[in-house]
Amino acid sequence: MTSRGHTFAGDERDSISLAIVGSGGAGALTVGALLLDVAARAGWYGLMTRSVGPQIRGGEAAALLRLAAVPVECMAASFDLIIAIDWRNAGRFAAEMPLSRDGLAVGDPRGGEVPEAIMASGAERIDIPMKDMAKNIPDGRPNMIALGIAAGLLGLPQAALFEVMEKRLADKGKGAVAASRTAIEAGFSEAGTIKRTFRLAAPDRDGAGRWLITGNEATGLGAVRGGIRFAAAYPITPATEILEWLAPVLSGLGGALVQAEDELGSVNMAIGASFGGKPALTATSGPGLALMIESLGLATAAEVPILIIDVMRGGPSTGIPTKSEQSDLNIAVYGCHGDAPHIVVAPLSVGDCLFTTQWAVHLAEATQTPAIVLSDQFLGQARAVIDRPADVAFLATRRVAERSSENAYCRYAVTADGVSPMALPGMAGGQYTADGLTHNSAGLPSSQAHDHHDQLAKRRRKIEGFAYGHHWANIEGDGDVALLTWGSLTGAAREAQRQLAAQGIATRLVALRLLSPLQTEALAEALTGAERVLVIEQSEGAQFHRHLRAQCDLPGEVRRLSRAGPRLIGPEEICAAVRQWRS
Amino acid sequence: MASPEPPRFKPADYKSATKPVWCPGCGDFHVLMSVTRALAELNVAPEQVAVISGIGCSSRIPAYTSCYGFHGVHGRSLALGAGLKVARPDLTVLVMSGDGDGFSIGGNHFLHACRRNIDMTYIVMDNRVYGMTKGQPSPTTEPDWDSALSPGGTGLRPFHPLVIALASGANFVARAFSGLPNETAAIMVEAVRHPGFSFVEILSPCVTFRPDEHDWKGLVHAAPVAATDDPARAARRIMTDDGFNLGVLYRGDRRPYEAPASSAIVDVEALDREFEL
Amino acid sequence: MSRVGELLAYAHQMELEAQERYGMLADQMQVHNNPELEKLFRDLARIEGLHAADIAKEMKDRKIPDLTALDFEWPDAESPEAVDFGDVHYQMVPWQALQLALRAEQKAQAFFEHFVATTGDAEARRFAEEFAGEEEEHVALVLKELRKYPAPSDTPADDLDPPVGQD
Repeated sequence: MTSRGHTFAGDERDSISLAIVGSGGAGALTVGALLLDVAARAGWYGLMTRSVGPQIRGGEAAALLRLAAVPVECMAASFDLIIAIDWRNAGRFAAEMPLSRDGLAVGDPRGGEVPEAIMASGAERIDIPMKDMAKNIPDGRPNMIALGIAAGLLGLPQAALFEVMEKRLADKGKGAVAASRTAIEAGFSEAGTIKRTFRLAAPDRDGAGRWLITGNEATGLGAVRGGIRFAAAYPITPATEILEWLAPVLSGLGGALVQAEDELGSVNMAIGASFGGKPALTATSGPGLALMIESLGLATAAEVPILIIDVMRGGPSTGIPTKSEQSDLNIAVYGCHGDAPHIVVAPLSVGDCLFTTQWAVHLAEATQTPAIVLSDQFLGQARAVIDRPADVAFLATRRVAERSSENAYCRYAVTADGVSPMALPGMAGGQYTADGLTHNSAGLPSSQAHDHHDQLAKRRRKIEGFAYGHHWANIEGDGDVALLTWGSLTGAAREAQRQLAAQGIATRLVALRLLSPLQTEALAEALTGAERVLVIEQSEGAQFHRHLRAQCDLPGEVRRLSRAGPRLIGPEEICAAVRQWRS
Repeated sequence: MASPEPPRFKPADYKSATKPVWCPGCGDFHVLMSVTRALAELNVAPEQVAVISGIGCSSRIPAYTSCYGFHGVHGRSLALGAGLKVARPDLTVLVMSGDGDGFSIGGNHFLHACRRNIDMTYIVMDNRVYGMTKGQPSPTTEPDWDSALSPGGTGLRPFHPLVIALASGANFVARAFSGLPNETAAIMVEAVRHPGFSFVEILSPCVTFRPDEHDWKGLVHAAPVAATDDPARAARRIMTDDGFNLGVLYRGDRRPYEAPASSAIVDVEALDREFEL
Repeated sequence: MSRVGELLAYAHQMELEAQERYGMLADQMQVHNNPELEKLFRDLARIEGLHAADIAKEMKDRKIPDLTALDFEWPDAESPEAVDFGDVHYQMVPWQALQLALRAEQKAQAFFEHFVATTGDAEARRFAEEFAGEEEEHVALVLKELRKYPAPSDTPADDLDPPVGQD
């Protein structure tokens, strides 16, 4: 992997970051999505995130893209190209798309004031009157001009662009499609007059067989592949897309998604469905998970498996709903009153949302315990080009009781592995009352010490003794510096690892997928020989570091790189932290 | 050739061996009796019935039956029952709780359960007090009832569950009295048979914290108006309710909740295609 | 259908319900740590069970209508011989329980006497007279039992402990 060169026209780069900005219904996000689609088909990898104002519609919006010849899992530290359909209120995003000095900003001269940060970057600025140009095209739209400019500068194939545009605008009618085509062509012409290019190295194959997917979609697909057939949920940003995707899919599979009146209703509906034998989930964000905590404890105590997907956002309280953070770890792991251990996992990338969610269903069903999937806004709402995910063989495998003429059925029989067969309503002889009250092995309420201790031990044993295999974490590379992180920051840590390697610094990456039960032995083994451990997390309160330290000692010298959102920790920061440390 | 007679269940088939902890004198013993008689009348196998409850004295009832049961957390019994019924429409789902669980903390779920009209039956044992926590006012308690937490009474207008149920769309609305167990059982049978969300309020005295409710047997009476299938008429008729009208108030014909059906049958394997380039 | 069959069905059901009722009350008293009342109610349950068995013998070779618990139409809220759940108390003394049993037997007697007075069926009347007579004997037995127990004082029993909050 060559290091990034700062070259001008004609030279190829290994990654390009660009932003499309616009407001008032300009359609900047659509432009970004179309660019990503075409780039993907042409054989590049890419990642698109977005930044928006607080308006439901008509607000200022920025589509942020990064394209590369290898999978992209985080945004870069600086942007090469910004195309502004207009600049109105774009100052809001300036910090998220720091334009490099060698970069280029193309904007409509009548599109409002250029943000201070763009001016101060020192980058070249070019004016293109997109709005006026669009006026000259019947039904022409400025964003299609911007699309043409961007695609032209990137060297994307025009024919492919027309194809994806036509598909996208199919329902808007032939007139709109024709107008857009003309506008795109005009944009390409303009790009041709700009004496700069932003070209990636040509890919060695096209994108056929790869996927273009968001984390939220991947999460839904993972759930369905894992066997989920019932969902109940209450809409909340940034989880709502999971529900939107699941609703028609579940009903098409003979299942159902019910919109509940609140999160308390959602989680209890999922518990009820699961009690009836149907693997069930709910999806929410931090505030919703907070509401669900009591019932999380009920499901744990009554040993009813459910999946709770928490697409984390900025907290606490209402927080920053449209930004990402990793600050729900505490409540996910420790939020219940009483001792109520359960399973908490976190996907490591957009593609990993599929695997981790599917795995979580398997874990929940096999251990008859609730499992929380800690996704986040960055993964959930990012659209990525990924390699086709491997097919995974997990399937929901609940140990169901079978009719027996022997002794009376004991729902919560104390077994060696802690998992007791679960009778499903409809089976004669299996009747029991599931209860949040502490109970004996038959499920009858009991305040006796031995019953309480036996059942607590049973529930702990069943998840601590479970064979999680190597999926608990991704361990990549080796070196005496360990980058220790979890969930969505894995991508930035991976890229930092590559950058450091290019500078001759070997590191070991340990990215946890299983947060609870914490695999302390496996973690100790993974960190053996590490002299320095950098704990990386998007949390002001260093929840991950504290979680680790609560349960184990970390070797060597430990430092943390922890920060709240909304600005995500990036590879360059991680590299700087490691380099500083070694000096 | 005649097929064998289906089993004929007796009330005793629906009682478990677990001895209730309710106080001697509690109306819920009668309610338990009514439930077992109603289930025998419906002749549904105990393993096909799920009794779902929340928290409170009356919510202890699932373990006293030989059906499947779920003793959930406070106020969320309707959500548990809803999820179960949508996932397992083959089951007979009875949600049973008290006036505190159902109308205070559970109030929101009550409204939406009536709206949603899932085919299940909600039975609330209303004793107008919080018994399990030693005698605080509940939403249905009279405004002048003295208690430690509200000396001299709450001064609040009592919640009227039948009005709320009717206004929110429940498809069957009735009131019964625990001390008339056969009448109560007959109403339960009708409630279960009636499609959609059926709500039955059962006045069930609390001997320990509301000994005055022993007088209820003299105050309850058949409603002076007949049941109706017209919600507007039912709304007018409920204005005559003195809180002790017994019987069915309303039998509606709303279609029970159906989970949205998809026109296309989805093949799990084919879901990839949406994302494949 | 013979009125005798119907009468026997009613008589049998009455005894069964009384047996079940006393059994449940005994359980309540057991759970609430009132052993004297538990024993009393268990004995009463056992006796009602014997009555039920006797009537079952009479039913053996007769045509009896197939009635469920809900089919019976009693003059009051419940079967005459079933003590009302609402009339008991965890601190009640045997005298009070026997008063309830007395009332139950009296109502049962009245039920059969009413049947005697209103039925046109000779055979049924004969049975009803017999049952009424038996109930009269039961009344006498209960009264005899009652004499063994002192009436409670005017001041009701006092539980020195306050109520205990649970769930």
